[in-house]
Amino acid sequence: MSALLEVRNVTRRFGGVVANNGVSLTVRQGEIAGLIGPNGSGKTTLFGCITGTHAVDGGDILFEGRSIAHLRSAPIARLGLLRTWQQTRVYSEMTCAENMAISAREAQGGLLSLLRSVPVSTRRKGDDLLAFAGLHEKRGDKAGSLSFGQQKLLEFAMALMNEPKLLLLDEPTAGINPTLINGLIDRLRRANTELGVTLLVIEHNMRVIMNLAHRITCLAHGEVLAEGPPEAVRADARVLDAYLGVA
Amino acid sequence: MNLLSASHLSDWHIMGALALAGLAGPLLLPALATQIAFLWLMVVFALTWDMLGGRMGYNSFGNIVFFGIGCYAAAVVQRDGGLPYFEGLASGLVVGAVAAVLAALVFGAAMLGIRGHYFAIGTLGLGIAAGEIAAGWDYVGAGSGMALPLYPGELGSREIFFCYSLFALAALCFLVFRWLYGTRFGLALNAIRDDHDKADAMGLRTTPIKIFAWSLSAFFLALSGGLTANMIGFIDPRDVAFAGATFGVWMVLMAILGGKGTLWGPVLGAFVFHIVQELFWTYLLGWQRVALGLLIVVIVVFFPQGIMGWWAARRLRATS
Amino acid sequence: MLDNLSLFVQYPPLAADVILNGLLIGSIFALAAYGMALVWGVLNIVNVVQGELVVLGGYVTFLAVQAGLPPLLGLPLSAAVMFCLGWLIYRAVIFRVVDKDIFISILATFGLSILFQQLANAVFGSDVRTVDAGLGSLHLLDGTVTLSHVKLLAFALALGAGGALWLFLRHARLGQAIRATAQNPRAARILGIDTNRVYAMTYALNGALCGAAGSLAVMAWTIHPYVGLPYTVRSFMVVVVAGVGNVAGVVGAGLGLGALENVAGFVFGVEFQIAFVFALMVVILVWRNAMAARKRGYLE
Ligand SMILES: Nc1ncnc2c1ncn2[C@@H]1O[C@H](COP(=O)(O)OP(=O)(O)O)[C@@H](O)[C@H]1O
Ligand SMILES: [Mg+2]
Repeated sequence: MSALLEVRNVTRRFGGVVANNGVSLTVRQGEIAGLIGPNGSGKTTLFGCITGTHAVDGGDILFEGRSIAHLRSAPIARLGLLRTWQQTRVYSEMTCAENMAISAREAQGGLLSLLRSVPVSTRRKGDDLLAFAGLHEKRGDKAGSLSFGQQKLLEFAMALMNEPKLLLLDEPTAGINPTLINGLIDRLRRANTELGVTLLVIEHNMRVIMNLAHRITCLAHGEVLAEGPPEAVRADARVLDAYLGVA
Repeated sequence: MNLLSASHLSDWHIMGALALAGLAGPLLLPALATQIAFLWLMVVFALTWDMLGGRMGYNSFGNIVFFGIGCYAAAVVQRDGGLPYFEGLASGLVVGAVAAVLAALVFGAAMLGIRGHYFAIGTLGLGIAAGEIAAGWDYVGAGSGMALPLYPGELGSREIFFCYSLFALAALCFLVFRWLYGTRFGLALNAIRDDHDKADAMGLRTTPIKIFAWSLSAFFLALSGGLTANMIGFIDPRDVAFAGATFGVWMVLMAILGGKGTLWGPVLGAFVFHIVQELFWTYLLGWQRVALGLLIVVIVVFFPQGIMGWWAARRLRATS
Repeated sequence: MLDNLSLFVQYPPLAADVILNGLLIGSIFALAAYGMALVWGVLNIVNVVQGELVVLGGYVTFLAVQAGLPPLLGLPLSAAVMFCLGWLIYRAVIFRVVDKDIFISILATFGLSILFQQLANAVFGSDVRTVDAGLGSLHLLDGTVTLSHVKLLAFALALGAGGALWLFLRHARLGQAIRATAQNPRAARILGIDTNRVYAMTYALNGALCGAAGSLAVMAWTIHPYVGLPYTVRSFMVVVVAGVGNVAGVVGAGLGLGALENVAGFVFGVEFQIAFVFALMVVILVWRNAMAARKRGYLE
């Protein structure tokens, strides 16, 4: 399998805080990669560096072999690399169906292509994906009126609507009703296998990530602590230390 | 689904009624032609402000700049062009629209990256700076403003003419915006308003979208400026063309009063505001501007959701 | 314009006069800007009515002098009256918008600005007013540089007020409560701080600062009902350049703006001075944004 995303020695500082310190990781085409680490270890910051929200202070980031470390978030998204947010970001005054429609690939086009109404095929695809996320009966509701967990699902569906090659998910199960978590894991897997989306998932819930990911990277204090298949990372004494020591 | 749903039908009903009123009004009430003309001007003001403020979340206090550019472009072209009245007016309008759109491209590229209250205050500065520059620039008459050529028709026909012109402009503006809000472009504006960073992260081309929206507003505002300058016959740099503290604030207020980000809100807001304002001018002689300041505070503090928002909340309560 | 510029370069004492007088006027801007920074930092409101508070402060001194009081007594009087007015404005309007969307508070204070501007116009008329403080002037370099004592007083007062404000925020009980509220209103409430009172006092304090600034403005310069917005924009600019929590920066930026503005007025002509102020603000905002955008990020 070839590398879809390569993070090489990325460093990012906030004033005196070094949130990422020479972080390297690779996500291979077609896999589900996991990113774990205690709170404040720099996972969300790394997502920001990859997707163009933060300036990168050092190192390089390659997507499909080309450097994206200096691109802004919009051109990165148009290359097929999307993210979701830990605190969820949806268009709160728009309906779920509208959120889906504006997340479609064709909405990334130039001005002229925007001066058309949303085609029926797009609407249908949006409805299908809303159904996939279990939100079909909410399609006419304002996104801001959904619960936190529902907003997470909507944000996931919006990302899928865009047919990304690589999707970065920031704690997708946080705030989701525990009885629904298994369903969500199943959906993430289906997005990977049926829709062909490569995933890089930040996850706090160890049971979930061990179950889901093919390979796991563990961060602590902004540095990579361990990397490998789930069983190996779980057995790593330093990872246990990091979790027990901090959490 | 059902193309002739209740709301769809009533939309066309209101538009039909307004078109009828717009066509018949000046004929039935010729004495009020100027007031009616100003009403349509207010509709253009509210609609164009709402495209940015209501739909896109960019609260501009500087849209008056484009109105002023339209006023001055018409006045200069009509003064120096040596054309007969209507040819001069037409070329003045075209030049004004082009100049305003160019200005919107430049200001937009420079300022639409600025967010939140910095944008609001920055555009406020833009509007006032433009007025002050016009007030000091001899070529455009400096502080004493510019007079426009006399309307050639018979007495009373000028008001009727500009009343119909501004009605046509307001109707065109409404129809174009209504169509736009039904396209992906309309959704993109809303997305920028609700979460700009998210819109960027989803790959939307936010910069050209924002600049296009401002340019479109500028286009209609410049046309309204050229027409209004000719209707009044005179432009003052600070009190007519770049009247930030009156027209510039009214734009914002009307959109909020009606309900920003809704189709009919700005139109409704313009109607209500214009009537209230005419009453102030009639009954509060000398204190009308004080009363207007007070009205702004009251509306913003107690009624920020606007008439449409209040209506929607009421309906929601009634159904649940 | 170019003539003025070359005159300026060829004749340094003239340049010194223009720059020094501008610097001293800038101390009035700094005073008003302290207030804006306070309100911005603590209430998270951009107070568009700032300039009208300055102008009203000027009218208080003007009325006091008309009533026969000595001009210098007008200064504390303006501050006291505007302190009360600030408190009233907070109770009547500001507290209703303090937790709303920032645009709502901008629009509400803009409405207040128009209200006070028109009230001043209706009550005092549109004439330009000034008060002779009767303090004389300082003459330097054979009389080419003239600095009125009132301006020197303004300068001393601006520095003194800055120092006092700094000490107050650091050491007084209320000052500490204000800082705590600015940092985290929720936590401050949990700690038993009456944040509503803190907001009211902050806004009233802002009124007093504006009152003092206005009193100095009417003595050292002129006022009329329509100069409010320029003061608002000057304060805004100073705070944007200096940063919200930076008292020393506010002094520096205020003085610098005063000097720059006076030079611009001299070079471009006084009729363009206000245009210069507003255009400068636009340029500062655009430039700041361009700098931030260079590094992938955006400013909120
Ligand atoms: N925008 C920011 N400004 C300043 N510090 C930040 C910012 N974002 C994150 N940090 C700091 O960087 C470190 C890593 O944070 P984060 O990436 O959110 O960790 P995680 O997602 O692993 O919990 C923390 O110490 C946090 O305080
Ligand atoms: Mg995180």
